[in-house]
Amino acid sequence: MSAPYAKLPAWADYGLIPLINLIVAFAVAGLVVLLVGENPFRAAVILVDGAFGRGQNIAYTLFYATSFIFTGLAVAVAFHGGLFNIGGEGQAYVGGLGVALVCLAFDGILPWWVNFPLAILGAAAIGALWALVPAYLQARRGSHIVITTIMFNFIAASLMVYLLVDVLKPVGSMSPQTRTFLEGGQLPKLNFLLEAVGFSVRSSPFNLSFLLALVCAFLVWLLIWRTRLGYEIRTQGFSPRAARYAGIGEARIIIITMMISGALAGMMALNPVMGDQNRLQLDFVTGAGFVGIAVALMGRSHPAGIVPAAILFGMLYQGGAELAFEMPSISRDMIVIIQGLVILFAGALEHMFRPSIQALFASISPGTTGLGSPKREGV
Amino acid sequence: MAEAAIELVGINKSFGAVHANRDIHLEVPRGTIHGIVGENGAGKSTLMSILYGFYQADRGEIRVNGKPAAINTPNDAIALGIGMVHQHFMLVQNFTVLENVILGVEGGALLKSSIARARSELTRLEREYGLEVDPDAVIEELPVGLQQRVEILKALYRGAEILILDEPTGVLTPPEADHLFRILRQLKEEGKTVILITHKLHEIMAITDNVSVMRQGQMVATRKTSETNVEELAELMVGRRVLLRVEKGENRPGDFKLSVKNLTVRDSRGVTMVDDVSLDVRAGEIVGIAGVAGNGQSELIETIAGIRKAVSGTVLLDGKPIDVTGTADPGELRDRGLAHVPEDRHYVGLVLAFEEYENSILGYHDHAQYLKGPFLNIEAIRADARDKIEKYDIRPANERLKTANFSGGNQQKIVLARELEKDPGVLIVGQPTRGVDVGAIEFIHKRLIAMRDAGKAVLLVSVELDEIRSLSDRILVMFDGRIVGERDGDASEGELGLLMAGVERQEAAE
Repeated sequence: MSAPYAKLPAWADYGLIPLINLIVAFAVAGLVVLLVGENPFRAAVILVDGAFGRGQNIAYTLFYATSFIFTGLAVAVAFHGGLFNIGGEGQAYVGGLGVALVCLAFDGILPWWVNFPLAILGAAAIGALWALVPAYLQARRGSHIVITTIMFNFIAASLMVYLLVDVLKPVGSMSPQTRTFLEGGQLPKLNFLLEAVGFSVRSSPFNLSFLLALVCAFLVWLLIWRTRLGYEIRTQGFSPRAARYAGIGEARIIIITMMISGALAGMMALNPVMGDQNRLQLDFVTGAGFVGIAVALMGRSHPAGIVPAAILFGMLYQGGAELAFEMPSISRDMIVIIQGLVILFAGALEHMFRPSIQALFASISPGTTGLGSPKREGV
Repeated sequence: MAEAAIELVGINKSFGAVHANRDIHLEVPRGTIHGIVGENGAGKSTLMSILYGFYQADRGEIRVNGKPAAINTPNDAIALGIGMVHQHFMLVQNFTVLENVILGVEGGALLKSSIARARSELTRLEREYGLEVDPDAVIEELPVGLQQRVEILKALYRGAEILILDEPTGVLTPPEADHLFRILRQLKEEGKTVILITHKLHEIMAITDNVSVMRQGQMVATRKTSETNVEELAELMVGRRVLLRVEKGENRPGDFKLSVKNLTVRDSRGVTMVDDVSLDVRAGEIVGIAGVAGNGQSELIETIAGIRKAVSGTVLLDGKPIDVTGTADPGELRDRGLAHVPEDRHYVGLVLAFEEYENSILGYHDHAQYLKGPFLNIEAIRADARDKIEKYDIRPANERLKTANFSGGNQQKIVLARELEKDPGVLIVGQPTRGVDVGAIEFIHKRLIAMRDAGKAVLLVSVELDEIRSLSDRILVMFDGRIVGERDGDASEGELGLLMAGVERQEAAE
């Protein structure tokens, strides 16, 4: 006997449910704003305007979104293989090392368009290697990947502090960061794209890695749904026993999936390091690895969902900063609360409204297959 | 006729476009055993779910003991004295029998008094109905037959006067099933009413007083059991004449295709599941392995198929060894012509979340015909899936439909189509018709016979003794990890039943 369960049409599954979750998240966030004595509607206007009001703001929103696309894709690929990669933060952090080493070595010799692919390789390789260790431990020793990837975030943080303070810091400098990259280590900005459609952008960190992120989104779709490897990853993710039956090596899939995931997380470093600050700094990831989890959850692990979800979180980052500036009683921490609420409703409580919506669809729309489809599944 | 314990009047229930129950009328007299038969998807489960309060009927009335009843939740049903024993037991595996029985009716924050009360009540029920089971045993350590008794005890403890059993014998040995029937007769004598849902027609004939047949959401007939027969019921269920026993000619066994010698397999806890098993399967024969679920059959075929590692022993496929203790891999064995229809199609043979066509290549996804470099050749795979859908009459004929939305029988056909169409020399089949409707069973059995007649070696594992007996040329009986007997295909059910229960060979022969 099957539990009541109706298949929703795709637009409801991927559009309506996230939208309802989002509205509830903002409604609750509005209550919090009300609680500190501000007008929630004015706050909402400031937030949206701060994110999309002017070309400048849009550029910042997309800059943040770029990082979240990479980390969101990283989490999604692992999800498809049935693995929960909490280590995006650490993989992105050490990925920065790959970017920085390429830039420090070649920024004076080679042009950016040669260094860019090298930096991509560097970031992806180091991110992948950082994910390899937990993957190996999971595949061969059964150490739970959630635990090990969390631990590797801490190891990454310590390692980077050591490297930046003791190894990479230029002699005589007081701040724990590398020297600024020369022109060969700086990615071109994409402000002209926004200007081309009529916005004016004074200066922004919005750079070429945004396009790389979109390319990666497409490649992830291709990998997961169109390649033999993607088929094996999904089989393993849905049913490890079916994978075993099909002759798909579990250890191999875990290791490859995690390395792809780590490579995507590592490539996130390109955006801030080579695209914006042009140097490797402490803590440049600033939580993007964790936001990636929410982005992947909200985007249903599909690139077509991850990109808009990443832009939504970019909006919260950018618009939130504006809001904290405009409304002094709303502190930076309040913005974090609002982001947390979105993660809570869109991610953790993703299925809260699903049963009632399914019941609604089952009762009004005969096109859906119906509760439990008893004609087909039966006794 | 006695007063009706249950009366259903004009029950209708739709799920979206699916009319699962259409104008159902049913009267179950008190103190009788009433069978309900029907194919998968005929609406039996939906009807019982309405009666037990899982669903509400769109229209219609339920009368319990002559009074109209509103049953909105299972608690309402329990309050009216209706109890249900589900096909899949609803027991907490690491609780004791007593703890499971009082679950939900603890009656207070402290357990001590309710446990004491339950203990004395259980003793009474055991005495009255022959439901012996140790109240302090932990569920996971009990055989399924006893677990089922706990389910019945749970219902009786809650004061059930009307007991619904959903496919109760699916997991039982013949002796266990006999014991269950004795219990049910006892219950009937005490004035309880039993509703038995099953697809096994001989059980209906053996134990029920009346039988109702459902087809496509409708109640097509109700008969006194004494005035009907298996053939009529089968025809009513399917809507056409059905061959209950497949016709098969003499077999002509050829070369040894599969030879297993002294195979020993342990599970992850180190318990010996397959103990020094040797067997041969020749071309053109079906060798059936009978046995109660959990006696090592699953482990045996999984090991031969390369899914599980053996501790020791050898397996020869076409005279060449399979490295069962080391590197045997299901993919490699497929390439060597060994196909495997696994026992558990939901989690092993299929990925239910996949679309049908994706499952049609599971295990063969690395074959060149389905690939274009590293990419899947989606067009070729879908065309191939459509071919198989047509050839095996898989319904609905839509390769883009999610596999979970196919019925059990059609899911099994998806697996079968995939494995048989590669023309394997050796076929290993586990529970080919579990949860499959009568029409599809006939189809699947014919396919397996056709494989045999085409000179393939077939190793069949099934807990359905009827199936083993009607398909096999030779029958091996497994008990406690060992092969305890070999019989011809026409061995009697009683003889096999004793072997399956672990009674020694000599005793069985007497």
